[in-house]
Amino acid sequence: MIGGEVSIKNVSKFFDDFQVLKNVSLDIKKGEFFSILGPSGCGKTTLLRVIAGFEGVESGDVLLDGKSILNLPPNKRPVNIIFQNYALFPHLTVFENIAFPLKLKKLSENEINQRVSELLSLIRMEEHAQKMPSQLSGGQKQRVAIARALANEPRVLLLDEPLSALDAKLRQELLVELDNLHDRVGITFIYVTHDQAEAISVSDRVALMNEGEIVQVGTPYEVYESPVNVFAATFIGETNLMKAEVVEVEDEYYVVESPGIGQFRCYRDKEAKKGDVLLITLRPEKIRISKREFQSGKIFNVFHGIVEEEIYMGHQTKYFVRLDEGYIMKVYKQHARYILDEPIIKWEDEVFITWNPDDSFIVEVLEE
Amino acid sequence: MKYVYFLWLLFLFILPISIVFVYSFLEPQIYGGIKWSFSLEAYSYLPRYLALIWRSVWIAGVATFITLAVAVPVAFYIARSKLKNFLLLLTVIPFWTNSLIRIYAWKIVLGNNGLINQFLGLFGIGPVQFLYNSFAVILVIVYTYLPFAILPLYAAMEKVEDSILEVSLDLGASRMYTFTRVLLPNVRAGLLTAFVFVFIPALGSYAIPDLVGGVNSKMIGNEIVRQLLTVRNWPVASAMSNILTLIALLSIIFVMKRGERR
Repeated sequence: MIGGEVSIKNVSKFFDDFQVLKNVSLDIKKGEFFSILGPSGCGKTTLLRVIAGFEGVESGDVLLDGKSILNLPPNKRPVNIIFQNYALFPHLTVFENIAFPLKLKKLSENEINQRVSELLSLIRMEEHAQKMPSQLSGGQKQRVAIARALANEPRVLLLDEPLSALDAKLRQELLVELDNLHDRVGITFIYVTHDQAEAISVSDRVALMNEGEIVQVGTPYEVYESPVNVFAATFIGETNLMKAEVVEVEDEYYVVESPGIGQFRCYRDKEAKKGDVLLITLRPEKIRISKREFQSGKIFNVFHGIVEEEIYMGHQTKYFVRLDEGYIMKVYKQHARYILDEPIIKWEDEVFITWNPDDSFIVEVLEE
Repeated sequence: MKYVYFLWLLFLFILPISIVFVYSFLEPQIYGGIKWSFSLEAYSYLPRYLALIWRSVWIAGVATFITLAVAVPVAFYIARSKLKNFLLLLTVIPFWTNSLIRIYAWKIVLGNNGLINQFLGLFGIGPVQFLYNSFAVILVIVYTYLPFAILPLYAAMEKVEDSILEVSLDLGASRMYTFTRVLLPNVRAGLLTAFVFVFIPALGSYAIPDLVGGVNSKMIGNEIVRQLLTVRNWPVASAMSNILTLIALLSIIFVMKRGERR
């Protein structure tokens, strides 16, 4: 199957007076696994329904391989949607569900049988062909829904939070399966989710959406490591957001002064001058924590504080460290060698934390 | 508790039916009532009434078909409407008025000096004979039993998720195909209930053909009443009731069988 290229151009849409999509533009490449990530109510599902043809738009255009599909009804668009609730036909068996689009294409019975068995083996459900949807588990239903959509040979597969009704472990499995499936069938996947872990783990690129607008588009790495604003920084993963004033401009770094923390260095990835206030993000896993004092080199930032909260997660521990000047810093310690490393850090322990100024990122230059 | 159900069934269902069943095999007395001696005479009248039975089935069948055809889109609309509670209320409001009065009201609407003919008269048309024929009987049956079809269909339509209709369109099906192959199979139970609720009482209609029907649109119900009250032949009236019950039973079985999954 061949993937399609989707171009969304300046799309705006209203529900009554409420603007759900605000001048949204996106370019999705052939065969890409593209995720649209955002909190509920941000317009991501509406955008998907616009592409599928279930919603019209007030202005803008949607192109598939260069041609506008806005005037085509859903049944004439070479795209298919997977709904959150699976939407299997309750009155048809698994086999008949998958055969549904094939019958519409007036294929012969032999061709239908062959195509359906291929798809059944693709989703590893051969032995369930004659079951009714009500006899299947959530994960199986979702796989049948995907097979049924693929039977139609769409150029783009739209997935609307397809895993959100499943439990966490199954979600992980199906996500990997979805990724494999994408590699095998080669068509474009547009995946809508509110779960940042899902989005960044399988996507080629992610579009971050908030309040009807596209906030940032990029690879998962870019979106995680270089968020463009506060929303992007806080929505994806956990972070420490710090407001700080530039005291000194060096070649590579700024020396900044932050209330509650003190003076530290941060990487100079945006232009600012002395006296500007910056918003800086620093991911908790980038900070090292120890009971022993770090060798404070010229560049490294080292602070002293007390562990105020300790959350043991198994693979890591989350610490909330109150610095001497009052700021509470989130620090995640990965347990590569938990006990052998060094003395265990517990609640109310005095600790030192340190991070490399290269690991922080300036989100915004707030004021001058 | 079990015994209460049994008593209820016994006194309200089994006993009356048994009385009618037994009476049909007895001999009539001249002024009504029965003589306790076995006779198949009542059933020997049956061939005479075949045309009447056929007409009753035909009228009830056509009326049921029209009722369902109207009720399906209405029920779908109500189930998808934001005003569903209000619309359901409107559906049952006719029940607040006695059904005889409502049937009588149709005479005022359809009569030769009725509302419609007065209106047509303004254009020099008519009067058109609307009343006292099968058309009037079918129309009023449809009117009377429409709510009984809408309610079970509404209950079934409400359970059908929008997404399965959308997914059908998405997979390339036309609206018509989605309606007949996706929506209707998923409201099958509602259709069966609606059929039973409309066809059975329509088949036994008495007041409607009596008030708005003509000589050529009498139904079995009218003949049963005539046998019972005018001719005073109770066994014949009972025999015809049994035939009516049998037809109703067979039609339910037939529709249930047809309605089963392939």
